[in-house]
Amino acid sequence: MATTTENLSSPSIENNSDEEDEGGRAAFAAQKKHKMSPPSVGTVDRPSSIRRSSLLLSPEWDMERKSLRHLGDLDDDDQIRIAYFPNIPTIQDVATNEGDDDKPAVDVSAPRRSLFKTKTHATVSSDEEWSTASVTSDSLSDFDDNDDHTVTGIWQNVPEAPPDAILGIAAAYKACEHPQKVNICVGAYRDDNGNPYVLPTVRKAEYRLLEQNEVKEYLPIEGDRDFVYCAMKFAYGREMDIENHVAAVQSLSGTGACMLGGQFLAQFWGSDHPIYVPNPTWGNHIKIFKQCGLKVRKYRYYDRSKNALDFEGMLKDIKRAKDGSIILLHACAHNPTGCDPTMEQWKEIVSLISSKSHIAFFDSAYQGFATGNSEKDAQAFRYAVSQHVPILLAQSFAKNFGLYGERVGTLSIVCGDVVQKEHIMSELRSIIRPLYSSPPRHGSSIVKTILMDPALKEEYYQECAKMAIRIKKMRKKLEEALQVAGSIHDWSHITKQIGMFAYTGMDEAMCKQLTEEFSIFLTTNGRISMAGLNNTNLTYVANAIQTVTAGKTITA
Amino acid sequence: MKSHQSALTIILLSCVLTTTAFSATASSTEASTNIWRDVPPGPPDAILGIAQAFRECTAENKVNVCVGAYRDEKGQPWVLPSVRSAEEIMLSSENKEYLPIEGDSAFVNKALRFAYGANAPLDRIAGVQTLSGTGACRIGGEFLSQFYSSKNILVPDPTWGNHHKIFKECGLTVGTYRYYDRSTNRLDLQGMLEDLRNAPDGSTILLHACAHNPTGCDPTDEQWDQLLDVIRQKQHLIFFDSAYQGFASGDAEADAKALRRVMDAGYPMLLAQSFAKNFGLYGERCGTLSVVCHDAAQKDILMSQLKCIVRPMYSSPPKHGSSIVRTVLSDEKLTQQYYQECASMADRIQTMRQRLVQALQDAGSSHDWSHISEQIGMFAFTGMSAEMCDTLTDQYNIFLTRDGRISIAGLNDDNLGYVAKAIHSVTDGKSITSN
Repeated sequence: MATTTENLSSPSIENNSDEEDEGGRAAFAAQKKHKMSPPSVGTVDRPSSIRRSSLLLSPEWDMERKSLRHLGDLDDDDQIRIAYFPNIPTIQDVATNEGDDDKPAVDVSAPRRSLFKTKTHATVSSDEEWSTASVTSDSLSDFDDNDDHTVTGIWQNVPEAPPDAILGIAAAYKACEHPQKVNICVGAYRDDNGNPYVLPTVRKAEYRLLEQNEVKEYLPIEGDRDFVYCAMKFAYGREMDIENHVAAVQSLSGTGACMLGGQFLAQFWGSDHPIYVPNPTWGNHIKIFKQCGLKVRKYRYYDRSKNALDFEGMLKDIKRAKDGSIILLHACAHNPTGCDPTMEQWKEIVSLISSKSHIAFFDSAYQGFATGNSEKDAQAFRYAVSQHVPILLAQSFAKNFGLYGERVGTLSIVCGDVVQKEHIMSELRSIIRPLYSSPPRHGSSIVKTILMDPALKEEYYQECAKMAIRIKKMRKKLEEALQVAGSIHDWSHITKQIGMFAYTGMDEAMCKQLTEEFSIFLTTNGRISMAGLNNTNLTYVANAIQTVTAGKTITA
Repeated sequence: MKSHQSALTIILLSCVLTTTAFSATASSTEASTNIWRDVPPGPPDAILGIAQAFRECTAENKVNVCVGAYRDEKGQPWVLPSVRSAEEIMLSSENKEYLPIEGDSAFVNKALRFAYGANAPLDRIAGVQTLSGTGACRIGGEFLSQFYSSKNILVPDPTWGNHHKIFKECGLTVGTYRYYDRSTNRLDLQGMLEDLRNAPDGSTILLHACAHNPTGCDPTDEQWDQLLDVIRQKQHLIFFDSAYQGFASGDAEADAKALRRVMDAGYPMLLAQSFAKNFGLYGERCGTLSVVCHDAAQKDILMSQLKCIVRPMYSSPPKHGSSIVRTVLSDEKLTQQYYQECASMADRIQTMRQRLVQALQDAGSSHDWSHISEQIGMFAFTGMSAEMCDTLTDQYNIFLTRDGRISIAGLNDDNLGYVAKAIHSVTDGKSITSN
């Protein structure tokens, strides 16, 4: 474990040149790099297709994938590891002209080399191309099984993506019959009885939508404007001039927002600017940004030898990044470590980002849910805005409004004036339209209904605070219970950490033991979901943790 | 209890006190953010531009026949009563937990049976829940781009405009095949067959399952015979887009005939399925993408790859729409009720079609408008030129797309006569076919 973290935090990652990598990185070589054109009127040559080839494996990617394993590149209910095809030639060999902006993505004049073993009756040579090839048509009736172009053969060479680890854990939990089994893997809030929780104000909003016979018409591409406006006020505060300085669209929760932001940056900031994510981070971050065509690098973040923030390492890596890089920051309640910078540290981080002309891309998934105070949880990115740092903000209402499966969020970009805003909005619409046309309306209608009604809004703040309070209480109780159980370790990081998760410091072996001996299900990186703890299972879990950690170290 | 309340009070108080700790004002944002100064404006969306113009128009007699959503006799959006009933049930039966990446499997099964038939071999159909039809086309296109040997996809000319954008973004090369003959206002079968023959073997062919958008012109059974012949000979891959099942003819089984025929005959195929129109769930974004496989093992493999495409896009799909469809189709009474409601929408549109043709004749038009009565689905492809459409809009405040497509759903007792007279005025003495 120590080796892999070392690799990740070593300067070699920073200096790693993507161009040296043949396999995986070549996947992005075919993507058209958009250069910012001069501010002339009319349409601009836009990169047409970004090759979705992040599935190709290179030795470097393999190392990264293995190193991600212990960091838990997994979140919430289920995640899928990066697929890999070790033996299949790159799609680029066949299909695309790398970096050639004028030619079409597929060169139809070249002989088509099929990736897969299909026995076609006719082969198209470069001479014949579009003319009728010599076709043997056997009969006019059904296909036979020898014909690989049938259902039988056509997909026979599609490789299987590696199985998903967290799904495995969730499935194992389900299958487990132990009467005291505990699920602290889940990334969704649970009440004190261990049940999913729908906020009462959310239900009230839904009743109201039914009573008012709310229609189901398409939203505009950019989403529900009233919802977006409320969401922006919620995020940036009352004084923010949304109309003139914030380009914002409704998104498919936090994932969708990160994806839209990544696409926008790849197209309009340039994919030669890498994005730096904290080490560790939510696993899907890396997949999302790679899929957008960005180079993904890491900055040091968590110090496992102290179970605390590696502030010096973080500043060093942000400084070493070339000017104009994109720095991904968790707005609060860092996932998975729960370890946030202090306000003083944030000031230094923002100042450094400003001096390097970086872009700060904030991911805000826990506003209000982290400390119980939604204004406080927004301080980091509000400060960045006040300091003139260009920011993107991915905002999710999955946790703080308990709207997980409704997929509600926003992506916003702070900009200089209303003309820039309009341009950015139109470009974001162009990205959204061929993805899903327009966002789903139920979740945004709920949030809008609540935030626009003063009484419901007040009730909502209390409900959200209650969730945060219960989790805080569980943190304290867990620490106490561990001491009562006889543990002499320093568990103070559990109460210092913020948000849904506790990054305990337990290693993979301990986690496995917890599961196998005690039927306590968690991710192998030692991350536990505080929401999964309650008064019923707390002592049991504390005793189990004490057992597996006694006499061993919880720091690396 | 007491400490709870005081903790809450303290938190609420501190909310108020720390509100303005760091707030961004106009001046602070000016300097920072000129990095976006050179972002160019994206191309405007044609259809949305028209919808916008309709909203801004203040004329009392304005008519919106551009919209692609159903309207009742009063010109109002209509939420199906069975959908409302499902939502009421869901208030107490559903929570808001994340769906799996592939979506609600009970919903997907219902959806696939709805499309492929009650006896569909679900064990070998890889299906995922998607963001309506757009999302399904996108996931399907991404899948083809990564795993299919041909990067060519051919779409009909004309087709829904977004098809071109979606597949281009997937990295596919988008070509067209002739489809509609504007000189006869009918299907251009020979042109279609020729273009399919000329395409490279194994190309992907996008077909509208029924109620072709925008022409409303579908192949007959005999024409399907010929099409499938060529497709088999050329070993093309069929990608069906099914957005109007049940909504086209009023009979969900009939509307699925073409795609079921293809599936039963053993052709490889993909299916993009939308519940936007037939369930009226437009903004809930409810649909599926499915790939017919050889066996269960292959299905599992494809599912694993489809999930890999979904995960970095949006993690998992939105659950409200799929819960509605699942709730309706799981309840016998609600299902029956739903079929009737869907048929009633199709009936009203059918009636309006016939009445429009009658009204055009009554207005004195001598053109052959039979194509309008023969076309299927929500739209009528009138044959009017762009100039005629502009005149309709500028002079008569009738808003439609410039390809001459009008949404029959936008017609009702109040505006029918007016629209017919206006169309007659702009087409009188001119041609509605082009050569």
